[in-house]
Amino acid sequence: MLTGAGPVFRRELAGYFATPVAYVFIVGFLLLAGILTFYVGNLFERGQADLKPFFAFHPWLYIVLMPAVAMRLWAEERRSGTIELLLTLPVQVAGVVVGKFLAAWAFTAAALGLTFPVWITVNVLGDPDNGVVLAGYIGSLLMAGGYLAICACLSSLTRNQVVAFVVGVVACLLFTVAGSPIVLDAVSGWAPSALVDAVASFSFLSRFAAIMNGVIDLRDAVFFASLIAFWLFANAVVVDLGKAG
Amino acid sequence: MAMIVIESLVKRFGAFTAVDDVSFAVERGTVLGFLGPNGAGKSTTMKMLTGFLAPTAGRVRVCGFDVETRPLEARRRIGYLPEGAPTYPDMTPAGFLGFAAAARGLRGAAARTAIDRAVDLVELKPVLHQPIETLSKGFKRRVGLAQAILHDPDVLVLDEPTDGLDPNQKHQVRALIRSMATEKAIVISTHILEEVEAVCTRAIVIGHGRILADGEPTGHGWRLGPHMAAPGRLDDVFRSITLGAGAPAREVLPC
Repeated sequence: MLTGAGPVFRRELAGYFATPVAYVFIVGFLLLAGILTFYVGNLFERGQADLKPFFAFHPWLYIVLMPAVAMRLWAEERRSGTIELLLTLPVQVAGVVVGKFLAAWAFTAAALGLTFPVWITVNVLGDPDNGVVLAGYIGSLLMAGGYLAICACLSSLTRNQVVAFVVGVVACLLFTVAGSPIVLDAVSGWAPSALVDAVASFSFLSRFAAIMNGVIDLRDAVFFASLIAFWLFANAVVVDLGKAG
Repeated sequence: MAMIVIESLVKRFGAFTAVDDVSFAVERGTVLGFLGPNGAGKSTTMKMLTGFLAPTAGRVRVCGFDVETRPLEARRRIGYLPEGAPTYPDMTPAGFLGFAAAARGLRGAAARTAIDRAVDLVELKPVLHQPIETLSKGFKRRVGLAQAILHDPDVLVLDEPTDGLDPNQKHQVRALIRSMATEKAIVISTHILEEVEAVCTRAIVIGHGRILADGEPTGHGWRLGPHMAAPGRLDDVFRSITLGAGAPAREVLPC
């Protein structure tokens, strides 16, 4: 069913570290996360031993950084012609799609894991609820997977990485704020309220807000898992359509 | 049994027909030269033969396996060098061949043996651990070739295998192809006629997506039917066939 996922996963993951991309991304992510947490989120001044100011900025960081991680997954294969090599190996499209996505997700997990000094900091200064912190990390990773699946699919639509990046940022932004007037105003004027509610339910922000408070609701976990599955399926359809010419 | 059987293959991109009812079969021991002007449909046919593009109509079987309905079985038996020999520039040849071996299901000692053999055949040893993007064009092409022959496939499909190589490297690649000829079915697309004369045991000329001629070398030159009755020098035969076929073909970029 997923023939080829393993080798593709290992190649893609090694590919991040073969170029400066991985190091630039990780340093950038840690710097931005740190600045936002301590200067904008005022972690110290709040006087509370929790990581809310840290997690609260993750959706906004991911809007820009996840498209950067995923943009090369397919666009580069198309531009350089290696997609022809890859898809004529005895591998299945679904395997390649999953392998590439998991590599991007594992890389993101590594970057997220490297934020552990923030967690140590609050544990030294106070006595946080580490269950809530763990929920925050799990939720953040799930949300990152959602962004990555969207951006991987968009990357398969173009051979230009810049196009993949910009379209990815816009799509991620729309999903993030789906529950806010930015998106709902465009829908609520004409659509039935059920549809408006459906659009609003796609909001990453409101889903993540609940998780950040330490509540991993099964519905939110299922939401992110099915969102990932849907976009990976779309990704495989796009790659298959490419074969039809 | 023919290793490659192509039946009534058609590929259309919108209103443009790139490959128009092409049929042929290739036996083990044959090195087939696939000839034609640029844009004639050579690469498109090869992309369908290897399963990268789905045909609009017709079918391709490799070692008895339909490329569309039994893709994994068919692809396991094919080694393919795509046009321009694309490789991952930030990998080393060792890493790239390791990836190809893993994708083909070769593990551990079997993978090492296969890689060593391919590396020896195309003489890649000196650059095995340098990033591919730093290699010369000749080495890059040899990396692509090593990938194609890695699993010792029954069917070898090489799209312009010597394009961009210097004369010595061309000679070397042709010698390699000849050395593998007896146990495989090999298809080479090229527009270099001397290459066909040097390595091929059969030639098909394609133009406007159709087979214009199909033939073999005889004692007095190439006999390519059905247009040319008398055997002659390949470049004379090629010119008379392709120039007689009407307006020049359009360039096609399928993806």
